[in-house]
Amino acid sequence: MNYNWNWRIFFEPSPEGTGTYADMLLSGLSWTIATALCSWIIAFSLGSLIGVLRTLPSRGAQRVGTTYVELFRNIPLLVQMFLWFYVVPEILPGSWGTWLKQLPNSSFYTAVICLGFFTASRVAEQVRTGIETLPRGQRMAGTALGLTTWQTYRYVLLPNAYRVILPPLTSEFLNNLKNTSVALTIGLLELTARARSMQEFSSQVFESFTAATVIYLGISLIVVTVSSKLETRIAVPGSR
Amino acid sequence: MSAIDPQASAKPMIAIDNISKWYGPVQVLNGCTTQVTKGEVVVVCGPSGSGKSTLIKTVNALEPIQKGAITVDGIGVQAKGTNLPKLRARVGMVFQHFELFPHLSIIDNLMLGQCKVLGRAKDDAHDRGLKLLGRVGLSAHSHKYPGQLSGGQQQRVAIARALSMNPIVMLFDEPTSALDPEMVGEVLDVMIELAREGMTMMVVTHEMGFARKVANRVVFMDRGEIVEDATKDDFFDKPRSERAQTFLSKILAH
Amino acid sequence: MFTDFDFGVVLSSLPYLFGTGMVFTLTLTALAASGGIILGTIIAMMRLSGITALALPAKIYVNFMRSLPLVLVIFWFYFLVPYIGQWMTGASRPISVGAFTSALVTFTLFEAAFFSEIMRAGIQAIPKGQTAAAQAIGLTYGQTMRTVILPQAFRNMLPLLLTQTIVLFQDTSLVYVISLTDFLGAASKVAQRDGRLVEMYLFAAAVYLVICITASTLVRRLQRRVAIIR
Repeated sequence: MNYNWNWRIFFEPSPEGTGTYADMLLSGLSWTIATALCSWIIAFSLGSLIGVLRTLPSRGAQRVGTTYVELFRNIPLLVQMFLWFYVVPEILPGSWGTWLKQLPNSSFYTAVICLGFFTASRVAEQVRTGIETLPRGQRMAGTALGLTTWQTYRYVLLPNAYRVILPPLTSEFLNNLKNTSVALTIGLLELTARARSMQEFSSQVFESFTAATVIYLGISLIVVTVSSKLETRIAVPGSR
Repeated sequence: MSAIDPQASAKPMIAIDNISKWYGPVQVLNGCTTQVTKGEVVVVCGPSGSGKSTLIKTVNALEPIQKGAITVDGIGVQAKGTNLPKLRARVGMVFQHFELFPHLSIIDNLMLGQCKVLGRAKDDAHDRGLKLLGRVGLSAHSHKYPGQLSGGQQQRVAIARALSMNPIVMLFDEPTSALDPEMVGEVLDVMIELAREGMTMMVVTHEMGFARKVANRVVFMDRGEIVEDATKDDFFDKPRSERAQTFLSKILAH
Repeated sequence: MFTDFDFGVVLSSLPYLFGTGMVFTLTLTALAASGGIILGTIIAMMRLSGITALALPAKIYVNFMRSLPLVLVIFWFYFLVPYIGQWMTGASRPISVGAFTSALVTFTLFEAAFFSEIMRAGIQAIPKGQTAAAQAIGLTYGQTMRTVILPQAFRNMLPLLLTQTIVLFQDTSLVYVISLTDFLGAASKVAQRDGRLVEMYLFAAAVYLVICITASTLVRRLQRRVAIIR
């Protein structure tokens, strides 16, 4: 293979003039992490709410939940990204739209909201499954004690459901983190985008992508380790 | 007022008046009427699928009904203005599969309703919880989790949890049928003691020994109907319906 | 707000959107799904072979692919495939293979990791007795797999394989990052050319929504039928 390897490229200054190529990748990494964490907060809370809606006895609530999930699962993430970035500011009332477009770091906020709403539909499905796998009697026992519906979810159903769905929820967290790379299409300078610009500036294709790959693998490893530690910690004594 | 037994002059704690219930096209309860007076122990029995578990769950509105009315301590369960959580808090319920909350320790299981529904202070709820655990003989287990206890122990905790709300009446839905045979006795003992202390109880069970020992009345159900509603002695000595006779001969045979 | 909407733009670009864009999207989806399922099945069999030399590389491959963002993998192969081509053909320079081939290779290899997990679960769910029974009548390992285990696993897993194909259909929109003209790429080009982003992206979203909801409804119906037959 006639390719000129140059692993020292990372320590050479990037043409942006603010540091080395390594610094460039690290800055990308921090945007990736920031986007992933902020969008996860939305995804987790909104997803839990939607998931709960789908398990309520009320037909109306179920329909709202189902519609949300169907809507956000059946449009490609990239299209959703474009809708939030290009379309939403246009169809908002004039002054709001202008404000949105002029917001500094608007691609970051857009990515956070887009990923948050997108991943929420997937979290919702996990939460719903988790609640549905609990014995039906658990809800009855809470209700029979006089707990309100909200209290039954808060103190009985959700604490158990989250324990059940921790492993698939970890996968969704990682999917959300990987999906931050889609935001490079709206100009977010996250890790993949930075690896791509490093490749363009330096022509060292494989070094750039190898570095990004290793970083993604490292994050996955850390998240999976933390999650299994968490699983042991929150495991209920006496349960299988 | 329909079919009120003239002898039952005391105020009914639970009055079930001509109720019917359907699951879609299938009728599961058909014109059921009975009542439980204060201090009375009523055993509900019948073959499986007879609707007895559904009937007892209608008393605290865990199962909705489509026709008829139920009152508990004079309050209409289906009435528009009724605060159901408040009503349910005064009706203790024990389930076939215990339904302890697996993520909470035993003492926390006993405190949850006291703190969140009755608004008791933590210390107070904790003390009462421990006292009740003592009553069911499980003081030493207060910090364990449900998964660490045997079935019989879990069901005793479930009874204590229901009692922690100071209920005016207790509902038992087949409390011993999910237990291994050697654990049935310990649970029945707790229930017998409770009956002797004067607790008003409605008990769905196949344990005819328990019925003979403490029941005042026996309600026999079949195919969603109350076939017989008699005093204990009448039911065991001279059951009127053929269905009750068949049921008794089967269940007493082993 | 909606007053200056111009759906004439959408209407006049329909032949381009579907004739070029959607044809590309569906071709890529169909080819990558077939390739991915075949390769995924092979990987699944490797993982379940009980031979470490086969199982370990298969496991590493699957976990590796599943840890990386698809966008990064698309970039990787876009630059890597010419070198692979050079190596395979013994040419003296990296050979240019075209963006479509590169995308096809990417999606086939990437989705194979996901299809293999489905097939692995499907094969594992077939009772051990089936293998025993097949071998008892004298079938070899290969024959057992081909005639007894895989047909059952495929049928049971068909709904999941199709659901994953719907995901793949949505994922193909990411070829946008290497400037290919799939359905979204076509919509995007018209949108930029005519300055009609709102109309074009809303229309694209609606088309994806209708196709995916229809497809997943059909899959659910199939799932119910499979469940009854079983």
